[in-house]
Amino acid sequence: MDTMTETSPLPFPSNWRHRHLLDLERLQADELFAILSTAERLKRLTDGCRRKLSLLSGKTCANLFFENSTRTRNSFSLAAKRLGADTVEFSSAGSSVAKGETFVDTAKTIEAMGVDWVVTRHQTPGTPHLLAREIGCSVLNAGDGPHEHPTQGLLDILTILQHRGPGDWTQASINPSQLLAGKTVAMVGDIAHSRTARSNIWGLKSLGANVIICGPPTLVSPRWEEIGFEVAHRLDDIVDRCDVLNLLRIQFERQHTRPFPSVREYAALYAMNGARMQRAKSDILIMAPGPINRGVEITPEVADGPHSVILEQVTNGIAVRMAALWLLSGACENASSESNSRS
Amino acid sequence: MSFPTPSPHQPIVIDGGRIIDPAHGVDRIGRLLINEGRVAALDPSDDDCPDDAYWIDAQDRIVAPGLVDLGAELRQPGREEDETIQTGSDSALAGGYTSVLCCSNTNPVIDSAAAVELVIQISQRVGGVRVFPIGCLSKGRKAEQMAELAILAEAGAIGFSDSPQAMPNDALLKRALDYCRMFDLPIFDRPEVPGLAEGGVMHDGRVALVLGLKGLPTEAEDLAVARDVRLAEATKGRLHVGPVSTMGAIDMIGRVKSRGIPISASVCPQNLHGSDALLRTFDSQFKVHPPMRSPAHVESLQQAVADGTIDAIQSGHMPRAREKKGNDLELAPFGAATLETTLAATITDMIRTDILSWSRAIECLSTNPAKIAKLDAGTLGIGASADVAVIDPETPWTVNASQFLSRCQSSPMEDRELFGRVTHTIVGGRLLFVSVEDSGTIVAG
Repeated sequence: MDTMTETSPLPFPSNWRHRHLLDLERLQADELFAILSTAERLKRLTDGCRRKLSLLSGKTCANLFFENSTRTRNSFSLAAKRLGADTVEFSSAGSSVAKGETFVDTAKTIEAMGVDWVVTRHQTPGTPHLLAREIGCSVLNAGDGPHEHPTQGLLDILTILQHRGPGDWTQASINPSQLLAGKTVAMVGDIAHSRTARSNIWGLKSLGANVIICGPPTLVSPRWEEIGFEVAHRLDDIVDRCDVLNLLRIQFERQHTRPFPSVREYAALYAMNGARMQRAKSDILIMAPGPINRGVEITPEVADGPHSVILEQVTNGIAVRMAALWLLSGACENASSESNSRS
Repeated sequence: MSFPTPSPHQPIVIDGGRIIDPAHGVDRIGRLLINEGRVAALDPSDDDCPDDAYWIDAQDRIVAPGLVDLGAELRQPGREEDETIQTGSDSALAGGYTSVLCCSNTNPVIDSAAAVELVIQISQRVGGVRVFPIGCLSKGRKAEQMAELAILAEAGAIGFSDSPQAMPNDALLKRALDYCRMFDLPIFDRPEVPGLAEGGVMHDGRVALVLGLKGLPTEAEDLAVARDVRLAEATKGRLHVGPVSTMGAIDMIGRVKSRGIPISASVCPQNLHGSDALLRTFDSQFKVHPPMRSPAHVESLQQAVADGTIDAIQSGHMPRAREKKGNDLELAPFGAATLETTLAATITDMIRTDILSWSRAIECLSTNPAKIAKLDAGTLGIGASADVAVIDPETPWTVNASQFLSRCQSSPMEDRELFGRVTHTIVGGRLLFVSVEDSGTIVAG
């Protein structure tokens, strides 16, 4: 068995206060840094997320997924288990609504079983925020409709930092809001329906990156410019100045009407292929949140090529989820010990 | 709890209040005598006040014609989990309303004489606010063929509408506007093109974009308003457009009005007192229809009320049960209880900020809606039905929807500090509501 002596290289960030992880938009740069640096340390402590620690033994993590998910759900489960916590699975895609139970009722039922975290995915934006108001345990948003998917945003940013961040980025010597200064990251594709995009852009912006939102006008609102992001409608216009491309999947299941004439036309405009790689920076980083549609947003030669970090993203997913579970748990304990010492 | 209340036929003297009656250009301190259900005298001498009169001291208070609402959902019959005519009436009286036009979206819908008569009978039994049913415009609210409008009118419907549902059938609306000219009753249209609004949850703007919520675009309303005003012009039918919520709607309504087309328009409080940024909480209390728009629209609508482009402020009361509003933002229905906050919100955000005079506010909340619906109401002229609201304009209070008399406990004004409360509501000469501060109880029924 592992022992708690392993915690010594893992300092609890003094600025971390949050009991829930709901979105990245409202996190400050130093808070993002707290999660990311903790994730990096946990990745190292677990030999690349392979070895088990006992930091969270005795605690229980409930996965409450109202939408289908394999990757994210398993990633959260593995993260909890790597830190010694138990997991319990609730699959409720549509069924609880059919029975007339609201999702808050479902969550309260699960909470009453004595869980410490509820990891939730739901098709409607804001459901994790509503849950956080209604139940006592920590809530982690694993995707709320097209709104946010904060751990996906964090794992993408962790991957970028590992490859393009300053060499000693986990050391607090660098101002967190400058960690990605000078780096240009483009989110390409179905921005309208992408929670990955809506988490990435805020996190990247907070850490100083230049963010480009790229896709057809039917999927990229001009209002993004009013909010302060660069907007592009042709990948060819921006590909030569990007340090990172994050290629989003076309979410056919969320589109009620076709926002472009055909997949062939979309691929002609937005697929990252060998020809576009020729024009890109020599050290460009190719990312995709997955599952990828080969031949649509990315061609196989690029997906499997030397610039692709798609599989590293998956491993980093476990690291940031371990960090999130540990930090939220610590914030809860700090809060209760503070209130105890006051009383 | 009891306090000395007037008997139903006892004369009432409201003394020393600021009497505001826009219909007669009255705005001054005075005394109002109510006798036999009617306004009997303005400024009667002590000798002219009957010895057995019940006196209300209205010093520092506003005495206005009771408010008239152009469209509240009372939900009975069939949707009693949301509201009943009794609870809706209590809520209306507490908000200073003496007349309420009720929407046709009950179950069964109000598309038959029997349904109209049922609502009128229940209201009479309740004996509270005056309730005037709006009949369905289309049979079964299906937007396929006209309802039996003449039969509905004969039974007591005071106008026609499928509102709050949109009317997608242009030809039917045109035919109905033509047909209605024979009884000179208004058609109320809540303007929206359903195809452009489908699945929308909130105003289609920057906030919706960031939150990933499907938007209700302003053009969905603008296109429907364009249709409405052109059809009103072409048919010379009586059309009321509302509630409206966009700058585009105001622009078009202003232009056709300047050409002398006799349309009228209304706006709901949520479009005068708050913006779509409130949805950042993801709280379904702010999921209302029309949706809360961006601040630029709010400002334009406030100005349109002040300059007369918009004729009336309507409550937009759409009560929905807590178990329905407790759902996630997509499943939770549009709606909130607004009868008890509309006046105070108007005082707080429009009168105290000098956007509206008291007289213009009362015109929009009482005089004009009564004219639009052709009711014997909205005035304190001698001989008028004694429908009166006495208002304490200064007292601050904090909105707590769980204390509403409405069955619905959802409010987009929740936790806001508002100024002004209704202290007395008189319907047909009967004192039916006295505020907690003044008595501790309601006397309706």
